[in-house]
Amino acid sequence: MSTPLLELRGVSVQRGSRQVLAGVDLALLAGTLTALVGPNGAGKSTLLALLAGDAEPDAGKATLHGRALADWPVRELALQRAVMAQDHAVHFAFSVREVVAMGRLPHPPQPRQDAEIIEAALLEVDVAALAGRDVQTLSGGEAARTSLARALAQQTPVLLLDEPTAALDLRHQERTLRSARELAAQGRCVVVVLHDLNLASAYADRIVMLYEGRIAADGSPREVLTREIIGKVYGQPVQVIEHPTRGVPLVVACDD
Amino acid sequence: MMSAQVRRPNGALLLCLLLTVLLGAVLLSFGTGPLKLPAVDVLRAMAAQFGLADPQSISARDMGVVWQLRIPRALLGALVGASLAMAGVALQGLFGNPLADPGIVGVSQGAALGAVAAIVLGAGAFAVWLIPLAAFAGGAGATTLIYLLARPGRGEGTATLLLVGIAIGAGCSAAVGFLTYIASESELQSLVFWQMGSLAQASWSDVAAVTPVFVIGLLALLRLATPLDMLALGERQARHIGLDVARTRLLLVAFSALLVGAAVAFAGSVSFVGLVVPHLVRMLVGPGHRWLLPLSGVVGALLIVVADTATRTLDPPSEIPLGLFSAALGAPFFLWLVLRKRGGRA
Repeated sequence: MSTPLLELRGVSVQRGSRQVLAGVDLALLAGTLTALVGPNGAGKSTLLALLAGDAEPDAGKATLHGRALADWPVRELALQRAVMAQDHAVHFAFSVREVVAMGRLPHPPQPRQDAEIIEAALLEVDVAALAGRDVQTLSGGEAARTSLARALAQQTPVLLLDEPTAALDLRHQERTLRSARELAAQGRCVVVVLHDLNLASAYADRIVMLYEGRIAADGSPREVLTREIIGKVYGQPVQVIEHPTRGVPLVVACDD
Repeated sequence: MMSAQVRRPNGALLLCLLLTVLLGAVLLSFGTGPLKLPAVDVLRAMAAQFGLADPQSISARDMGVVWQLRIPRALLGALVGASLAMAGVALQGLFGNPLADPGIVGVSQGAALGAVAAIVLGAGAFAVWLIPLAAFAGGAGATTLIYLLARPGRGEGTATLLLVGIAIGAGCSAAVGFLTYIASESELQSLVFWQMGSLAQASWSDVAAVTPVFVIGLLALLRLATPLDMLALGERQARHIGLDVARTRLLLVAFSALLVGAAVAFAGSVSFVGLVVPHLVRMLVGPGHRWLLPLSGVVGALLIVVADTATRTLDPPSEIPLGLFSAALGAPFFLWLVLRKRGGRA
C-alpha cells in the first residue's frame, strides 16, 4: 500500500450550531479518481475545501504529503494542487486564453512550454474555439469549462473539482470525467464532487458517500452504489441495474 | 454567431504614444492661461532658468509666471492625475468591482478628513509634512474600514460597496464639516481648498513632496500587476493559483491610500479620475494590469493637465475649481456606467 498523498484524520467542522463534518477519516492515493457524492448539505464542498487548504478543520488534521495544509506556503501549495471551485465569475473582461494562462502563474515562466500547456488545456475541455472570447460573455457551461482548463493548466499532482459537471451538457459531462480519469491514470490524485451517481459509477475508481457530515459508504462503485445504501442516504427509492454497455452499476430512481 | 473576440493592441506602443501626447499637453499648458505666452517665450524662460539663454531676453513677470506658477502646476497636476487613476485601478482590482473610485467609495473623503484634522488641530502649523501624512492615514483608515465592511464575496457586490462607501464618505464629510465649524478664519481659507479641489496653489515644494511618494506608489503598484490579475478570479481562486491574498490586500490598501493621500493633500478632492480613466484604458488595452496600470497613470495625468488648463482658460481671469470641473465631467459618466451595468450582467 503506497502512502496517501492527501489525508484527513478525524476532521470536524462546526458552522454555528451545525456539525458540517464529524470525525471524517479519509486517505487519498495518487493514480485514483475519487468521487465525493451525497445529498445536499452532506458536507461535500466543505470536505473539498479542507482538502484544498481553503479552510481549516475545527478538530483533526488535514495533510498533504504528511504536512498540515495550513503550514504550506500558498505558492508551493499551488504547485501541488489545483482547484476548480463552483464560482466561475471573473471580475474583468479577460479573454478565455488569458484566464487559462493564469493557471501557469505558480510555475516559473517558460514562455514556449507554457503556451503549449495552455493550448493543450484549451483543447482538452473544448474551449479552444472560444480562446479569444471575453469570459464575461460566456454561458455558464463555457465559463465552467474555462475554469477547468485553468486548473488543468496548473499541472499539479492533486486535482480537486467541485461539481465540475453542474452546468454542462451531456457530452461535456462525459468528456470532463474522461479527462479526469485519464489524469488519474497518469498518476494524479483526482477528487471530484458529483451529484450524478451514474457519472460517478462510470468513471470513478472509488466513491466516498457522505451523509450528515460522516462517511456513509466508501469503496468501488459496485460496493457503494447499492439499493440499500442509496435508499437510506438519499431517502429516495432506487433500483440498481447493470449498465447495458459499460459494465458498471446504473442507478435509476423509482416511485415508492 | 458573432462572438466577442478580444483584441489587444501593443501596450508599449500605446504607452509611448500617450506619453508623447502628455508631454505635448504639459508643454502647451505652460503658455496657456489668463496670460497667454507664445511658445518662444516659454522656451526662452525655461532656457534662461538653466542659463542657456540671456535672462534679459524675457520679462521678470513672464519668467515668474512660467517658472513659479505654470510649470509646478502642470507637474503637480500630472502627478495627482496619475496617482488618482492608478489608485482607482488598484481599488477596482481589490474590490473586484469596476465602480470603485477613491472619491466614490470614500477613500478621498477619509484622506481629506486626515488633512483637515491636521490643519485644524494644529499639527499643520507644527510641521507642513504632517498634512500629507495625516491624509495618508485618513485614506488608509477609510480603505480598511470599507474593505472590512464590503469585501468581495462577503458583502454582496456593487450595492454593498457603494452604500458602505457613501456612508463612510458622509461620515468623513460630516467630521470635516465639524472641524470647519470650529476652525479659525485663517484655517478656514485653506479648508475650502480641500473641499473644492484645486491646483492653483501648486508650488515647487509641493512637487518635491509628492514626487517621492508617487514614485514609491508607482513602483509598488507595478509590482502588484500580476496579483491584481489573479484577484480578478475571486479571492479563493486567486489563492488556488498561489496568491497570498491577505498580504496582497494589505499592500493594495496601503499603496492606494498612499497615492490618494498624496493627491488629496496637495490638490484636494478631485473625484472621478480614478473611475473614468481605468475604464477608458481597459477599453483600450484590456484588463491586464501590466499595461492597465501605467497607461491609466499617463491618461490620468493627461486628463488633469488638460482639465486644469481648461479651468483657467474658460473664464479668465477667474478660475473654475478643478474639483467642480472633474465632478461635472465624471458624474454623467458614472451614471452611464451604473445604468449600463444594470442592463447587462451585474
